[in-house]
Amino acid sequence: MSLLRMFAVTYWLHVKMLATSAFDGIFQVVWPLFFATTAFLVYRQSGNPHALVYAGLGSAMMGIWSVIATTASNLLQRERWFGTLELLVAAPTRFALVLVPITTAMASLGVYSMVATLLWARLLFGFSVPVVHPVLFGVAVVAAILSIALIGFLLSVVVVRYRTAWALGNLFEYPGWLICGFLVPLTLFPSWAGWIAYALPPTWGMRAIRSAASGGSPYVDIALCLALGLLYGLVGALLSESVLRSARRHATLSLT
Amino acid sequence: MSRSPVSDGVVEVADLRRSYRTRTGILKSEKKVVEAVRGVSFSIERGELFGLLGPNGAGKTTTIKMLITLLLPTAGTARVLGHDVVAAHREVRRHIGYVFGGDRGLYERLNALDNLRYFAELYAVPPREQKQRIGSLLELVGLTGREKERVEGFSRGMRQRLHIARGLLHDPEVLFLDEPTIGIDPVGARELRATIGALREQGKTILLTTHYMFEADELCDRIAVIRDGRIVAEGSPDVLKKRVTGGHVLEVETFGVPDSEVDAVRGLAGVRSVAVEDRGQAQLLLVQVEPGAEVTSGVLARLDGTRIGRVGSREPTLEDAYVELVSGQGPHG
Repeated sequence: MSLLRMFAVTYWLHVKMLATSAFDGIFQVVWPLFFATTAFLVYRQSGNPHALVYAGLGSAMMGIWSVIATTASNLLQRERWFGTLELLVAAPTRFALVLVPITTAMASLGVYSMVATLLWARLLFGFSVPVVHPVLFGVAVVAAILSIALIGFLLSVVVVRYRTAWALGNLFEYPGWLICGFLVPLTLFPSWAGWIAYALPPTWGMRAIRSAASGGSPYVDIALCLALGLLYGLVGALLSESVLRSARRHATLSLT
Repeated sequence: MSRSPVSDGVVEVADLRRSYRTRTGILKSEKKVVEAVRGVSFSIERGELFGLLGPNGAGKTTTIKMLITLLLPTAGTARVLGHDVVAAHREVRRHIGYVFGGDRGLYERLNALDNLRYFAELYAVPPREQKQRIGSLLELVGLTGREKERVEGFSRGMRQRLHIARGLLHDPEVLFLDEPTIGIDPVGARELRATIGALREQGKTILLTTHYMFEADELCDRIAVIRDGRIVAEGSPDVLKKRVTGGHVLEVETFGVPDSEVDAVRGLAGVRSVAVEDRGQAQLLLVQVEPGAEVTSGVLARLDGTRIGRVGSREPTLEDAYVELVSGQGPHG
């Protein structure tokens, strides 16, 4: 119960922090719309309405991936810069439990990304993304966001040890868009790239979202997305203690 | 297991060492080992306010960070309330509070109340106690009525007081204060010292690091002076003062004194140590003189090539003891 309370309060305070920065706020609002506009303008040229739906859902996932995967790794660097990273580590609560509400707060922005993209498609480009199974669609979106948040959590753990590891998030941003099949079908890639894609939860999340929207059965994709996400989270949790010990040995918790 | 069966002191440190590895250069990379703490030992009794005094880079913060489990020692042992800081770090964290000086360490975009609520959760302060505890701590540090304001608008003194409230949220038995008054104006620093004094009255065991001699003198029951990672003196402020009682301090105002002349003064018979303080365009030479020795004419003769201003003599103070200890020139250093 106290753990749940800790999670809820710290989650809310981190959401509050994200919401109180005007610059960050505008950035997070505009980012998914920028992706959506670019994708719609490109795919509109094909004249195929299915392509626009494909682009709409894919660009929404691009927004989710970018917001969470890249910002999560920057977030811990920000804690280091604030001087609060040491305080979080010095608290008796397990560090992994301290990190989860932070990355989940970031994940909340992912929900906005999906909703904003779908509204943008309707308001600016005049087309609706048909969703045949709205409940399953919602479940698939939540599963995708959670699994990406757990990748963000794993990245955050690495940032604790390596001061410049925040750049990893930026490094993974564009390859993630491509390899997870957000905008381009995986069949266009060589077979070895497919294996990498299948090891990444967003690939399955994307498939589940598309499947739920088009009336297919997304159950297996949702299950695989969640299972892989949990696996990344588990690796992060297991790594966190040894990474922290290494950070304490190499004195990388502070800036100086 | 990790709890010591016999533990007299609340904090016990034995031959603690810590080194850092750094690299220099890019193409011809060279590894360098910096010994920040070189075998520090001390013990702090329950309810005692113990000061770790030393100049910047002496090893104060490194020592404190090992004690609060943020750094692993390279060698030696340290126990807090009988718990080993390496083997039982989580147990140590439950019972200690940590406050450091400076602007950082707070969430700027949150208000003071939210900052405290956040850390109250991380320190598992029971929800029923949180409101009352936060309220009384805000009162203790004089921030009642300002708790709904964002920290980004706080002055440095207010931030520092909020730091102290944060460090006390879980009512820790032992408090580590790392240069808490650094960068605060004199009035704010005085208020903060009063708060630290009040904590000592409440029976908290406190380790305070500072490089202000008067602060250590005013607050501490015992002081350890640390220089280059080693403790060079330890005792009550009175004991340390006695190290320089007897003799006197000759103060000579100079303008552009070269190092060679300072060294020449240092070599005079009867001179215990010499320190140079920059005073704008002038330099003040503080010459510690042995009891019974008369060195004024000898000192002025050694400064023959330098323009001399005011010359005076006075009784030694505790600060002189500190300067002598940290400059490592005296017979005790």
